[in-house]
Amino acid sequence: MAIISVQDLVVEYDGRRVLDGLRLDIQEGETMVLLGGSGSGKSTLLRQVLGLERPLSGSIVLKGVDITRCSPAELNRVRRSMGVAFQSAALFNSFSIKENVALALREHTELAPSIIDLVVWMKLGVVGLAKFGHLHPQELSGGMKKRAAVARALALDPEILVLDEPSAGLDPIVAAELDELILLLKRAFHMTVIVVTHDLPSAFRVADRIAMLHNGAFLAIGTKDEIRNSDHPRVRQFLDRVPGDMTKAPAVASSFEHYLRGGEINL
Amino acid sequence: MATFLETIGTSTVDQIDYVGGLSIQLWNSLRAVGASLPFFGSRHRWRASVSQMLQIGVSALPMVGLMALCSGFILALQGASELRRFGAMQFVVDLVAVGFTRELGPLLTAIAVSGRSGSAFAAEIGTMKVTEEIDALRVMAFEPIEFVLAPKYLAAMIMVHCLSIVSNVSGIFAGGVFMFFSTHLSPTLYVHYVLNSIQLRDVIAGLIKSLAFATIIVHVGCLEGFRVQGGPDAVGRSTTSAVVKSTFLVIVADVFFTAIFYFMGMH
Repeated sequence: MAIISVQDLVVEYDGRRVLDGLRLDIQEGETMVLLGGSGSGKSTLLRQVLGLERPLSGSIVLKGVDITRCSPAELNRVRRSMGVAFQSAALFNSFSIKENVALALREHTELAPSIIDLVVWMKLGVVGLAKFGHLHPQELSGGMKKRAAVARALALDPEILVLDEPSAGLDPIVAAELDELILLLKRAFHMTVIVVTHDLPSAFRVADRIAMLHNGAFLAIGTKDEIRNSDHPRVRQFLDRVPGDMTKAPAVASSFEHYLRGGEINL
Repeated sequence: MATFLETIGTSTVDQIDYVGGLSIQLWNSLRAVGASLPFFGSRHRWRASVSQMLQIGVSALPMVGLMALCSGFILALQGASELRRFGAMQFVVDLVAVGFTRELGPLLTAIAVSGRSGSAFAAEIGTMKVTEEIDALRVMAFEPIEFVLAPKYLAAMIMVHCLSIVSNVSGIFAGGVFMFFSTHLSPTLYVHYVLNSIQLRDVIAGLIKSLAFATIIVHVGCLEGFRVQGGPDAVGRSTTSAVVKSTFLVIVADVFFTAIFYFMGMH
């Protein structure tokens, strides 16, 4: 049985359809990469899976609970089995890194402070930040912040780990290190991992399966090899990094022609 | 004509939406504030409340004290310039004592706290919203109202009262200094006259106003923060809006309460 099941999900903002009838099952223990370009709906889908927004229709079942219809208490219970590392890391700036990781343990468990310290030290150790727990987020580099966010996401030993654009804004070496960290976490803790990214090398390194989004719909869902060998034109365009029509001369020229004929510029 | 009606309609809907948002937030915070209490609630929330008390109350002490001293002196001077003509200098004591206890003490405090802390609440929560910290709290199964707002509300309810009392004492002290130098009224006699002129209902009226002002400042500041959408410029706008709206609403609430107390015979 799928640990996460998205069925016929439709999301609209001000009448504009952003996600259009998505269906996706994520099996326990697999790493699913949600791949897609900017504006494809990746982040919207992620916010739906995290229960941060409600859809227009459809359902998202997490560990047997439909989070689009459940009570806030049930949603919070499900959320405690998830760890999320946001694209911006979203560390609490008024807390040290150690306090950031300790927060969920302190609030959601009855563990003694000494045990919490030990767990925090272990989680920071896993991401290579054991010596930096006393620092505040603003004192860390971009890569360290992302790793600290992963350590915080791991605090409650989640069954599902969600990583939003883990390699965004990082240099290739640090991004590759994060990929290895994701693989290590999956091996060590047997977690279900969802990674949202548009970074192809990273996606093909960490994924068991890839779901490719475009204009709010899945173009293809399959294993790395299935996606790599896909002959869908849009998938090929994305994988082969072929520029779209926007930058082609005829498109620009037709816009100018339209303007010169007295047409309006619709921004 | 249609545009005019549209503007009025949109503005009315926006105002209703704002008041609705404030009411829902107030209701949720009243349910959550218990978690910030010592002994009954979470010690972490209580610690956060104490930290807020230091920021809202202790740090504002010199400013509120000085504002009240100056205002007390101005009120005594202006009062004396008129009352002297009728040989009624002794009524300056009543004017300052009753004026501060019922009206100026709570109002000056509210304006100072609105400027200092109301804007800080909006900036802090707005920044948390922009940097996804509020979303991070929610996916970690924390309620932002309980985690962020409730400690501020509890702290403000306590500290605005304390600051109002400091403001009353400072203003009345300034009146005493004026009376000593202008009429050689001894401090002991001044205190005696002050105690004779103030009644318990004046103190209670002042304290009820302080509670209402604290509620307005915290909730307007926090709502402005929670409603931030976009980037840093939106945070800037929210802080300005928080100060303007909370100061305006404090004055409106003051009129409302003063009228109620007047018609109830508490004057």
